[in-house]
Amino acid sequence: MTRSTMTFRRYIVLGVITITASCGDTFLSRGMKSLGPVSLADPAALIHAIFSPWVAAGIVLLIGFFASYLTALSWADLTYVLPASSLGYVIMTLLAKFWLHEHVSPMRWLGVVFITAGVGFVTQGPSYTDHGAAPACTVDEKHLEQAEEARP
Amino acid sequence: MSHPDEVLATAAMIGNIVVWATAGDILTASAMRQLGDLDVIRERSGIWGAAAAVVTNGRFGLGVICLALSFFSLLFAFSHRDLSLIGPAATSLTFVTNALAAKFFLHENVDRRRWTAAIFVCVGVALLAF
Repeated sequence: MTRSTMTFRRYIVLGVITITASCGDTFLSRGMKSLGPVSLADPAALIHAIFSPWVAAGIVLLIGFFASYLTALSWADLTYVLPASSLGYVIMTLLAKFWLHEHVSPMRWLGVVFITAGVGFVTQGPSYTDHGAAPACTVDEKHLEQAEEARP
Repeated sequence: MSHPDEVLATAAMIGNIVVWATAGDILTASAMRQLGDLDVIRERSGIWGAAAAVVTNGRFGLGVICLALSFFSLLFAFSHRDLSLIGPAATSLTFVTNALAAKFFLHENVDRRRWTAAIFVCVGVALLAF
């Protein structure tokens, strides 16, 4: 059985996931391109890459993404959160066209239409599958006790 | 990238990212479902209490290891191939593998609406590569 657990604040969380994920990936790509190809024989180069400015900035954004993503997974299904937060690709394409004045091919516009339709489909439906024993707005007491013990 | 070896290497890079990303997503989603609503935990125990509940969960730890492996696979692939190829290919495939894995491992109700959404987003992300 599925039901909706969404509120306005929770839609904001999905928006944060969308923006931080797309910007984080773009920063990582830019950083790795500036470092050049990494050889399998030199895996330490991947560790070294973490400290380059673009990769580091990408990681900071992706940490923000991960925190928001985990929060969303605590009140919505994975198969709801993933499509619902995929509008980042649409935002990146619109920015490329209207801000960076890049050429966007008809196939990419078609891709934007498909993603928007997919997001529309999933966000109109229920967000959470009830498994009976663990409804969305209750807390596993054992873990709550652990959390309260860990509180400074 | 017309040489068969290069195509195979690209497929292996993408496959590696997809497998680790799917395992990581399923394990972290399972951990969050096990914990319950984080908003409620945060209200009762504060943000550090909520963070402690998450990081002390075993499934979450395994999930993070898988996601880290996916992340390094992504970095490796980015250094060899274009973002416009690796990003859409790995991401679009992960939508489908996650839907399958969520149905079988998390027992989520992946109904026709969600399958349609996953496939539309998968196709849409793949089209962005052109």
